[in-house]
Amino acid sequence: MEINKEKLDEIILKYGRDKAHLLAIFQDVQKEYRYLPKEAVRHICMRLGMPQVDGFEVATFYKSFSLKPRGKHTVHVCLGTACHLKGGADVLLSFMRELKVKTGETTADGAFTLESVNCLGACALAPLVRVDEKDFGKTTVAQSRNIIRDFTDHH
Amino acid sequence: MALSLKQLDSITSAFNAKEQAYDKIIRVCCGTGCITSGANRVLEGVLTAVEREGLSSKVLVKKTGCHGLCERGPIVTLGNDEILYQSVGKRDVAADVDLLLKTVTEGKVADKLLFRDSARKEKYTSSLDIPFYKGQKRIVLAMNGLINPEEIDDYIAHGGYRAPFRAFQMTPEEIIDWVTKGGLRGRGGGGFLTGRKWSSARAAKGGLKYVLANGDEGDPGAFMDRSLMEGNPHAVIEGMVIGGYTIGAQQGYIYVRDEYPLAVSRLTKAIEQARDYNMLGHDVFGSGFDFDLEIYRGGGAFVCGESTALMSSLEGKSGEPRDKYVHTVEHGLWDKPTNLNNVETWANVPHIINNGLDWYTSIGTKKSTGTKIFSLVGKVNNTGLIEVPMGISLREIIFGLGGGIRGKRQFKAVQTGGPSGGCIPEQHLDMPVDFDSLTSIGSMMGSGGMIVMDERNCMVDVARYFLRFLTEESCGKCVPCREGTRRMHEILDRICKGAGKIEDLMHLEELGKALQWGAICGLGQSAPNPVLSTIRYFSDEYKAHIIEGRCPAGVCKEITTFTIMEEKCTGCMRCAAECPMGAIIGEKKEPQRIDDLRCITCGICYDVCSFDAIKIG
Ligand SMILES: Cc1cc2nc3c(=O)[nH]c(=O)nc-3n(C[C@H](O)[C@H](O)[C@H](O)COP(=O)(O)O)c2cc1C
Ligand code: FES
Repeated sequence: MEINKEKLDEIILKYGRDKAHLLAIFQDVQKEYRYLPKEAVRHICMRLGMPQVDGFEVATFYKSFSLKPRGKHTVHVCLGTACHLKGGADVLLSFMRELKVKTGETTADGAFTLESVNCLGACALAPLVRVDEKDFGKTTVAQSRNIIRDFTDHH
Repeated sequence: MALSLKQLDSITSAFNAKEQAYDKIIRVCCGTGCITSGANRVLEGVLTAVEREGLSSKVLVKKTGCHGLCERGPIVTLGNDEILYQSVGKRDVAADVDLLLKTVTEGKVADKLLFRDSARKEKYTSSLDIPFYKGQKRIVLAMNGLINPEEIDDYIAHGGYRAPFRAFQMTPEEIIDWVTKGGLRGRGGGGFLTGRKWSSARAAKGGLKYVLANGDEGDPGAFMDRSLMEGNPHAVIEGMVIGGYTIGAQQGYIYVRDEYPLAVSRLTKAIEQARDYNMLGHDVFGSGFDFDLEIYRGGGAFVCGESTALMSSLEGKSGEPRDKYVHTVEHGLWDKPTNLNNVETWANVPHIINNGLDWYTSIGTKKSTGTKIFSLVGKVNNTGLIEVPMGISLREIIFGLGGGIRGKRQFKAVQTGGPSGGCIPEQHLDMPVDFDSLTSIGSMMGSGGMIVMDERNCMVDVARYFLRFLTEESCGKCVPCREGTRRMHEILDRICKGAGKIEDLMHLEELGKALQWGAICGLGQSAPNPVLSTIRYFSDEYKAHIIEGRCPAGVCKEITTFTIMEEKCTGCMRCAAECPMGAIIGEKKEPQRIDDLRCITCGICYDVCSFDAIKIG
C-alpha cells in the first residue's frame, strides 16, 4: 500500500504532533483510507517519537480501527441489547448469507465489509443497520437484500 | 469581552421578539431516531413548502433535538406543544407536508398524523395529554425538542447560562455543600454522591486539575446521553463550567463515543459558540476564572466508560483500567487531580444552582433525589426516551408511560443496568426506581437502559448475550475477568444449545463469586449480574433447557423448531407472506407446512399467526 506521507504529516500537525491525540490521528487517517494501513501506523509512531509497539497496541485495542483494508461500503449490524431482542442476530445472519462473508470480512469484489456493533444509539428503532453513514431502522431479514441492492447500484 | 447577566437578558428579549414576530412555529425533531426515519427530508420539505407558499415571514421552521417518542418519528410539533404529529412523511413526504401547512394556515388538524396510543386505542392532539409524556417530569430534557441545539441564543432565551453567575457569587465550598445537600448522585450508573467527589477533587493538592464528562454511553440499548449531547449540548457545558470553578480546574474534556458523530458535531458547535460569548476561555463570565473544554472521541471500547480506563484513553493510550486504591480525584488524567461525571450528572447541576435545594430535594426520593432519564425500549408499546422522578415504580413506567406490552404478549422481565445489571421479574414491578431499591433486587440503576421483554425472549439467551458482550469487551488485563467471562459464556452457550448439565448452574454461581471478588474493575465485578439475576428469578427456564432440552421462548435455535398444527391452521397464508425464507409451503385455505431445511427459526411465523396455530417445540 502506497501511503501519502505528506497527508499523514498534515494530520499529525493538525493535532500538534501530540501523542495524546493518537486516537484522533488514527481516526482521521482511517477516514482517509477507510482503514488504518500498517505503514501509516509506523510513520505516525516515528513522527510522534514513540515505539511502534505502542502504536499497534492502540490500533488493535480499539474496535473502531481496522488494520485490514475495508470494502467500499461498511455494513454495521447492531447487536445491542434492544436490537438483539428484536432479531438483530437474524438480520446479521441474513447479511452473511447474502454477502457470503462472515462478520469482519470483506466481499471478494471489495464492495462491502460486514461488521457487528454494540448499539448505535437509536434503540427505539431496533433492529438497526448502518451502512456507511446512513441508518436503517426496524430492519428485517427480507429487507437486508434491498439494503444491499440500494448500495450496489451506486458504487 | 465577557457577557454580563444583563446582556444575557437582552439576548433573551431579542430572541423572543424575533420568535414572536412569527405567527406559528413548526418544530421538526432532528434527533438521531427521527433522522433515521427521514426527518431531514421532512425538514427540507417543510422549508421548501413554507417558502413556496410565501409564508416565510409568518411561519418559523426550527430543527430541534430528540423529543423522546423516537419510534413514532419523524416527530413534528406545532406551537408550544399544542399539536404533535408523528410518523410524518413516513410514506409520503409531500402529502404530509401539505397536511402540516393546512394545519398552520387553516387550523385544520390532520387526523392521520396524530398520535394513537395502541394500547388505549385513543388518539391525542397535544403531547401534553399523551400518557407517554404526561407521566414524565422533564427537567434535564425540558429543552430537548424545544430549542435548536445549534443556536446558543435559543438556549439563553430559555434560561440558559444563568447558573454560572449565581455560582460565581458562591464560594466553591458553598457550591459543594449545595450539591451534596441536594443529594445529587452520579447518573453514570454507580450513584456516587457528586458533592463528595467534588469535595475530594477540590481538596486534592496540585496546580492543574481536570474535569471530565463521560459521554461514552457503552450500555448497549441505551441512548440517554446521546440525546442529551445532541439535543441540549449547552446544558453539559454549563454544568462543567460550574464544576470546573468549584474544584479549581481550568481544563475539561468531554469523552464521546465514536458511534455518535452527531453528538460530536453538535457539541463542537456548542463549544465554539460558548467561546464566542466568552463563556469558555479566558476569564469566563468576567469572573477572573479561566476554563476551556475539548472533545475527545472514543474508539469503540466499552471498558473506556470506566473511569481509569477513560483517563488512560484520553492520554492517547489503550483503555486499560487500573486498581482503584489510587484515587483518580487525586491521581487521574496525567496523574493530576481529576473529577469525572456522567453527562447527565453535569446537566443536572445548573438546575440545582438555579432553582435551589428545596426545589431539587422535593423531587424524587429521600436518598435518590431528582429525576432520571431512561431509554425505554424492547417489547413495550411506546418506546423512546423518558425522564421521570426517582421513586416512580417500574409498573408505572412500563404500563403507564410505556403503554404496556406490545400485541398479545405478556410481560416477562425488564432489564436495567446494562451488562452490569440484571433482569427484574413481574413480582418486583412495584419496586420504586431508585439507586438502592434496584440494587437490592440484584440489578442496578445503571446509566438508564430499560429493556422490556416478553415471553418470546429467552432469559438464558439474554444472559448468554451479555456474557458474549463482556467477553468481547473485557480488556484482558486481569485474569478473573478475562477467563471468568469466557468460561461463563461457554457454559451458557452450552446450555442454550441443549448440552448443559444441572451442575452448570452451580459452576456459574461459583464463577460469578470469583469475578465479584477478584476482578479489578467494575466491568468484571458486575459481569455475573445478568447471569445470577436470571438464575435467581428464572431458574425454571434454565432447567427447561438443561433437563428437557427445550427453549420455552423459542429463541435458542439449536433446540427450537416451529411446527404448524394442522387442526388450527386456516390456510390464511399470512405466515407464508411474512416468512423471509419462503419456507412455508401449502395451498391457500389448506393447512400449511414448514420446510425445515429452509427454516432459519426466526419465529416470524409464530409472531404473526392470529390463530395460535404454530407450536414451539
Ligand atoms: C465497565 C464500565 C463501563 C462504564 N461505562 C460508563 C459509561 O458509558 N458512561 C458513564 O457515564 N459511566 C460509565 N461507567 C461509570 C464510570 O466509571 C464512572 O463511575 C462515572 O462516569 C462517574 O460519573 P457519575 O458519578 O456522574 O455517575 C462505567 C463503569 C464501568 C465499570
Ligand atoms: S441496541 Fe441497537 S441501536 Fe441500541
